[in-house]
Amino acid sequence: MKSCLVVDDSRVVRKVARRIIEDLGFSCDEAEDGVKAYEACQKAMPDSILLDWNMPNMSGIEFLEKLRAMPGGDAPKVVFCTTENDMAFIQRALMAGANEYIMKPFDGEIVATKFSQIGLL
Amino acid sequence: MKPQDFDVYKNMLYAKSGYVITIDKAYLLESRLAPVIKKHGIANMDLLTMKMRSNPPTALVDDIVDAMTTNETMFFRDQKPFDKFRDVIVPGIIKAKGPNCTIRIWSAACSSGQEPYTLGIMMKENALKWAGVKFEIIATDLSREILDQAKAGKYSQFEVQRGMPIMMLVKYFTQTGETWTIKDDIKNMVQFRQFNLLDPMEQFGTFDVIFCRNVLIYFDQQTKGKILEKMAKRVHKHGYLLMGGAETVLGITQAFKPLEGERGVYIPA
Repeated sequence: MKSCLVVDDSRVVRKVARRIIEDLGFSCDEAEDGVKAYEACQKAMPDSILLDWNMPNMSGIEFLEKLRAMPGGDAPKVVFCTTENDMAFIQRALMAGANEYIMKPFDGEIVATKFSQIGLL
Repeated sequence: MKPQDFDVYKNMLYAKSGYVITIDKAYLLESRLAPVIKKHGIANMDLLTMKMRSNPPTALVDDIVDAMTTNETMFFRDQKPFDKFRDVIVPGIIKAKGPNCTIRIWSAACSSGQEPYTLGIMMKENALKWAGVKFEIIATDLSREILDQAKAGKYSQFEVQRGMPIMMLVKYFTQTGETWTIKDDIKNMVQFRQFNLLDPMEQFGTFDVIFCRNVLIYFDQQTKGKILEKMAKRVHKHGYLLMGGAETVLGITQAFKPLEGERGVYIPA
């Protein structure tokens, strides 16, 4: 079973995302900010990460830059899932190593399509 | 809605477009016609039905047909037909016609344009591999309103998210707030025309590929057969027809046969 780490400071979003991702056949863990997500990745690198942008302590983009620099950190497929829908943000995320980008609001179909397009399904 | 009222719309729709609606879709009729009622300043559904029974203005009839025959679509819908287009169909045509050929494609019910624009993007993405090939994309739909939308090439955030990979969104679209507009170089690859699939198809010449996906499901068997037989005359011997995953030519026409091992792809028999 593939694993996914859902990183978002909103408990509600994490819960919704977790339900969608588990329905897609993934095991799911949660982190509420970039720092917690980084710690989780140091313990066990997930196959995929659904990542919010704006979070306290460490933002999604800071986390992604740190992740891609750590040993084995190029392996997880990272899908941003954020309200930041400006082209400049999307380009910055892609430059930092994001594989896909979801602009909130989102639904199960969008997550499934994006996961499929980057080879997770 | 009373069955006799429903029949007014059912019969008109069948005569104008060949679309078949059944009584279990009466709810769809009411929800889709709500904007039409508003646009034409008609107080309610009963008054619209009364108008339809007398001598309705052409504009009203056209708007009803538009509203009922406009179908949902998305970029890279179902993905596999586009993979087959790239990996099986275009190589097959190049083999038959040579590396410097023109490949003519018909997107036969293009709705708001996602299918022909997806094809345009694929051609750009594979430009090096298909360097000598010239592509022509004709995209048709019955609805003038949806064609205007397709020509504008403007999509909401929700529409682009449903299927468009982010790298391609960045590469082939410009953004104004939450509206994403397809760039002119892709837009200029597609010729949009209003067309009713019940009408003669000779005007289009002959195609190498016809995309006719998820549209024939709305027609009865006899009409499906007639449309497919007309299409068979408009596709080259080495050409291809692509249909939706839940559709088939089997039992409807012998003018096409399935391409072995390639679900949804048909070749002239």
